Amino acid sequence: MGTLKKAEKDIHPMDNLLRMDRIPHIWCPGCGIGTAVTAFAAGLAKAEIDLKKTCIVSGIGCTGRVAGYVKLDSFHTTHGRGIAFATGIQVANPDLKVIVFSGDGDLISIGGNHFIHAARRNVNMLVICVNNFIYAMTGGQVAPTTPLATYATTSPFGCVEPPFNIPYLADSSGAVYVARWTALHVRRLTNSIAEALKKPGFSVIEVISPCAMYYSRINRLGDGLDMMKFYHDNTEIRHGEDTKNLDIGFQTKIIVGKFVDRERPTYMDSYNEWLSGTKKVEK
Amino acid sequence: MKANPRDVNSGTYYMDGDVAAGYGALAAGCRFIGGYPITPSTEAAETFARIAPKAGAVFIQMEDELASIASVMGASWSGVKTMTITSGPGYSLMMEAIGLGAMIEAPFVILNIQRGGPSTGVPTKTGQADMMQARWGSHGDYEVIAICPDSPQELFDYTIKAFNLAEKYRCPVMIMSDECVGHMSEKVVIPPAEEIEIEPRRFYDGPKEKYLPFKPDKDLVPKMVKAGDGYNLYITGLVHDEKGYPVKNQMEKGKRQKLPTRRLVDKIRLNADKIIELTEEGMDDAEVVVVSYGISYRVAIRGIEIARGKGIKVGHLRLITVWPFPDKKINELASKVKAFVVPEINYGQIVFEVERCSHGQANVVLVPHGGAGVHNPDDIAEAIEYAAKEKKKVRKVVEWKTRLEKFVFEGGYKLNK
Repeated sequence: MGTLKKAEKDIHPMDNLLRMDRIPHIWCPGCGIGTAVTAFAAGLAKAEIDLKKTCIVSGIGCTGRVAGYVKLDSFHTTHGRGIAFATGIQVANPDLKVIVFSGDGDLISIGGNHFIHAARRNVNMLVICVNNFIYAMTGGQVAPTTPLATYATTSPFGCVEPPFNIPYLADSSGAVYVARWTALHVRRLTNSIAEALKKPGFSVIEVISPCAMYYSRINRLGDGLDMMKFYHDNTEIRHGEDTKNLDIGFQTKIIVGKFVDRERPTYMDSYNEWLSGTKKVEK
Repeated sequence: MKANPRDVNSGTYYMDGDVAAGYGALAAGCRFIGGYPITPSTEAAETFARIAPKAGAVFIQMEDELASIASVMGASWSGVKTMTITSGPGYSLMMEAIGLGAMIEAPFVILNIQRGGPSTGVPTKTGQADMMQARWGSHGDYEVIAICPDSPQELFDYTIKAFNLAEKYRCPVMIMSDECVGHMSEKVVIPPAEEIEIEPRRFYDGPKEKYLPFKPDKDLVPKMVKAGDGYNLYITGLVHDEKGYPVKNQMEKGKRQKLPTRRLVDKIRLNADKIIELTEEGMDDAEVVVVSYGISYRVAIRGIEIARGKGIKVGHLRLITVWPFPDKKINELASKVKAFVVPEINYGQIVFEVERCSHGQANVVLVPHGGAGVHNPDDIAEAIEYAAKEKKKVRKVVEWKTRLEKFVFEGGYKLNK
């Protein structure tokens, strides 16, 4: 290292992908979002796509802050509308690759309608959904992904609602690429992101992330490291698993892997094909 | 800049207002509409969907109004001119995003073909009760521009103007039309492209490294770039500095932070004289001035005719631009005339703005209408007559009892006055 000049030493390989002038970030110690962002930056580098033509859109929440730390064209929108905003960006300029990086509450609860419809349309975008099973930014309220019987500040007697299985929702709505990893699976997550970035169409990657400050604390699960140990001991990689089998219960086994990888014409492809008359309705 | 001939379907037509607005949007250079069907605005969306592809524009029917307006803002930052089309309930759903639009200074147009309300209201009939919502609907401080066309021809012309204003001031511009104008069929002349003036986007052309997305020009409006140009934009709905980075207060990090909110308000307020468009008629010796907008303007013309027949000197001020409100004009008139008469299809919205700007100098009479129809011109004439005769200063807005209201509420409960 002694031969390196100081300036060279100071440059981190991800400096050109992150807004270093906004560091330190707001995330708590033990949170998995930072890991997801690291994997995303590494995935961007690995995919070797044109970064100029890449946009990142977030909604609101802890993960909603990601757009602000990534050095792409970044949009931090209103709660739940990230996918709709991204649809506008993509359809108005189909040359752009759009990544929607947001949380489970933002994408699946308030933005749930946009999620299923963008999947149905197969708009060309990659959705990275960080799932920490809770509304963390607002202080640990119950989420549509909170496992049954889990405590949250607004489910003080345990969550009574069954949670969404995000890969199943994405799969059945028409997503072309669906994967799930945890914040522990950095290398596999990176590979998945790189792969999905090159895939035309609506891709969804769910990232299970520890929330040391709320989910773990309220449910007495230890800190971020304990959650990582839990992931280490209780995740199983099953590529191609039927997405119906991917429900997550409270501290049950988490199945990870790439579940869906199929081809469907994207929204813009279909739009242009119909318009140019190469496709006709058969009556 | 002139309109692109590819976008302009020049000719003389007999068409309804909604359809005219669809043609107007394309002529203005609109390249993206995200919409959701809602009566009575659907014809505008249908028209655009039909004529857009040959001009390279896209109509996408989103899953709801929340998505429509979000997609419109995304498309706006993608570098194209955008619009969404809606009515009452859909407009309510869009309110949250209007704040975002003001904050991220995305130029876009909302066409609101107003219906009777509240709630589902009277979907197929007219109303003018969203006027205050247009101004104050989203939370926080911001300013918008709202214009009120009164005919299909104007829905064509002012749709183009709305796009021009949106590009010029980078704020949400609302076309606050109503069902009556939207569904009225009249002669519409679409001029040749070379006669249509359109405002191009204010793109930044300076050195890349010096670009600050929210650093304003002299007129307080910043220059824009588009996503995909390699500027690494950071656009957020959080209060931000000129670079777009979030800041919380005006003295954060020990230095003066020019928060955008002050400028978002000022860029419209200080440019109000350039934005506001009014028409005046018969003002020279007027004792009473009728202040009207949209379809009520056309109804009031007849009311004024009747009143003039009775020898009353009446002027007619039409608010083409309702927001920003022409404070100065109303105030100036208030010192000269006896009273204002404001017919509107609601129970009092713009009338209170007139009262505010009059500062107690002139009486203010509201001719209300509960919606689903327009005024009877006789009611407006009678209200004018009352306003001309009233000698004392009435220190509140007088609500004129219209024939319909009297008939419907007779013996029900006591109306004020």
